[in-house]
Amino acid sequence: MRQYLSKQNRALLSELVRTDFKLRYQGSVLGYAWSLLRPLLIFVILYVVFVKFLKIGTGVPHFPIYLLLGIVIWNFFNEMTVQSLTSIVGRGDLIRKIRIPRWIIVFSSSLSALINLGLNLIVVAIFMVINQVPLIGTLPLIILALLEVYIFALGISLLLSALYVKFRDISYIWEVVLQAGFYLTPILYPLSSITNVTLQKVIMLNPMAQAIQDARYAAITHTTPTVYSVFQGGFYKFIPFAVVVLVLVGGLLYFRKESSYFAENI
Amino acid sequence: MDDIAIKVDHVSKSFRLPHEKQSSIKGALINFKKRGYETQKVLDDISFEVKKGEFFGIVGRNGSGKSTLLKLLAGIYTPTNGFIQVNGKLTPFIELGVGFNPELTGRENVFLNGALLGFNRSEMAAMYDDIVAFAELKRFMDQKLKNYSSGMQVRLAFSIAIRINSDVLVLDEVLAVGDAAFQKRCFDYFMKLKKDKQTVILVTHDMAAARLYCDAGIMIDKGKIVEAGGIERVAQAYQRMFNEEARDTATGTEDEGQRWGTGNIKADPPRIEIDDGKIKITASYRVFENVDSPVFGFTIYNSRGINILEGNTLRKRVQTKKLSKGDTVSMTWTLPNILATDSYSLSVATCNQTATEFYDWYNEAAKFDIRKDGDTAGLVDPELMLSNIEYSKQERK
Repeated sequence: MRQYLSKQNRALLSELVRTDFKLRYQGSVLGYAWSLLRPLLIFVILYVVFVKFLKIGTGVPHFPIYLLLGIVIWNFFNEMTVQSLTSIVGRGDLIRKIRIPRWIIVFSSSLSALINLGLNLIVVAIFMVINQVPLIGTLPLIILALLEVYIFALGISLLLSALYVKFRDISYIWEVVLQAGFYLTPILYPLSSITNVTLQKVIMLNPMAQAIQDARYAAITHTTPTVYSVFQGGFYKFIPFAVVVLVLVGGLLYFRKESSYFAENI
Repeated sequence: MDDIAIKVDHVSKSFRLPHEKQSSIKGALINFKKRGYETQKVLDDISFEVKKGEFFGIVGRNGSGKSTLLKLLAGIYTPTNGFIQVNGKLTPFIELGVGFNPELTGRENVFLNGALLGFNRSEMAAMYDDIVAFAELKRFMDQKLKNYSSGMQVRLAFSIAIRINSDVLVLDEVLAVGDAAFQKRCFDYFMKLKKDKQTVILVTHDMAAARLYCDAGIMIDKGKIVEAGGIERVAQAYQRMFNEEARDTATGTEDEGQRWGTGNIKADPPRIEIDDGKIKITASYRVFENVDSPVFGFTIYNSRGINILEGNTLRKRVQTKKLSKGDTVSMTWTLPNILATDSYSLSVATCNQTATEFYDWYNEAAKFDIRKDGDTAGLVDPELMLSNIEYSKQERK
């Protein structure tokens, strides 16, 4: 572990994240403000369409915040995986010219996404105050749900970034998968609006659905259905966590195997 | 093992070259059973060692595999077979300014490039002023790199690069591109590295540079080591290779390595007379093909194979005559006997005006010994004059 966090690696990591951040809003007038404005504007659109026009989520307390938190977490997952996907190929000039640990590249793009998540959560917090969401004791537990999403996204990022070196189709495939995932995860709609119980259970096996519901349960309202309440007893409730661990281990192994050949395959 | 900086042990590298690059899953599926690629062996069973403090040359022409070897040493590629062992930290310079981003300022790029080379921010901050001063870019550091001229970018990158303190440096000769002033800086830097006994691996196809800086080296051709040892030996092998390709008809291969050339002119063993503080070399040549004003020269090597001195007609600005088949030429070189006590060998050579075609290179065409009184560790031992020794006593109080 110590060798992974050597002085050189830490310096490189911080420099890459710094560069990433500086370049992100290069040439835009509002600059970093877009990190906050973008999710906010998307939230406004979805809120107007789904809550005001379609009247979804009327039975859920504080549904706008419920919706916002779901969108912020999903956006983090989306942004991190999409950015990491092209990170290795995008840094091909470095990989072909000097020896740096390859994982640092994926890790640095994941940290950029994490910083963005932090900024977005500040927005969520502000809205929670405005919307007078009562402070509940489980709030700190949201960290665990976010950590799970990060680990899940990291495993996928490692896997996809290594695959993308060999197969450029991956970016198109992943785009479709993300789109499908967005609708198969109870983000826009409350899980309770799905009346088929079996379908509810299947949906909750997805780690993203499980984590977002857990985050909402911890931070907003205990009426949120979670994987534990859907499955009650039984081992099924551990499936989402097993998926996360499997994806991480699989991603790490595949990335490690392929990383020796990145320089010649890019 | 302690004095070895790098050990390369039976290293081979193959690349799988797809006939048509499959960057898509469809391609991979369709060509799964077809042999969609061929394996190309770029390096084949390479073994050598670089000692600590050695300036080591890797020479070879384009496509010989030397760049692949460089990337293997740098850890950018992974060997297909064999092992590479590096003692200490190795920093490769395949290109200057790796990771430079045009959208960042000069200052930001210095820190980014420094991090890529293994320095953290505080270390870079300590060096920052020196780097900027050396690059002579103080006024421009807060401008974006895209507004720099290419010369300015190279200067900045080079100023960072020479700060590197690594156990082993791997340098690509393409570093020394740019105008004459920059080349001189580069070569001064190489010279400084050599003086500081830094372990350096230089990849080059410039034999003048190789001879100047390197102590030892290897020559690679078609992925194999074809010559190894002292740099003079390697450099000659390299020139010989081009020479062999230049000539159409092969002449008798007498004692490969000792003697090579197209055979248009052949040297006879030269005669050496040493007396009265002078060395007289009489060389004679026979002409087998018509040749237009060739260059004649000689080199004296000491017992360790170091080139002590050389002379040729071109440097003496002597324009030789047009020679016809059957002619003979002879000439006498005279030089003061400044050589130290040792055994020497003499090589004689003749080539065309541009030294692209060698008619004859005759190593160890003659051997001779020099015996002088007294020992010296110097390469030369000329008559020394000593005079005007003065002593002055310090007054005691």
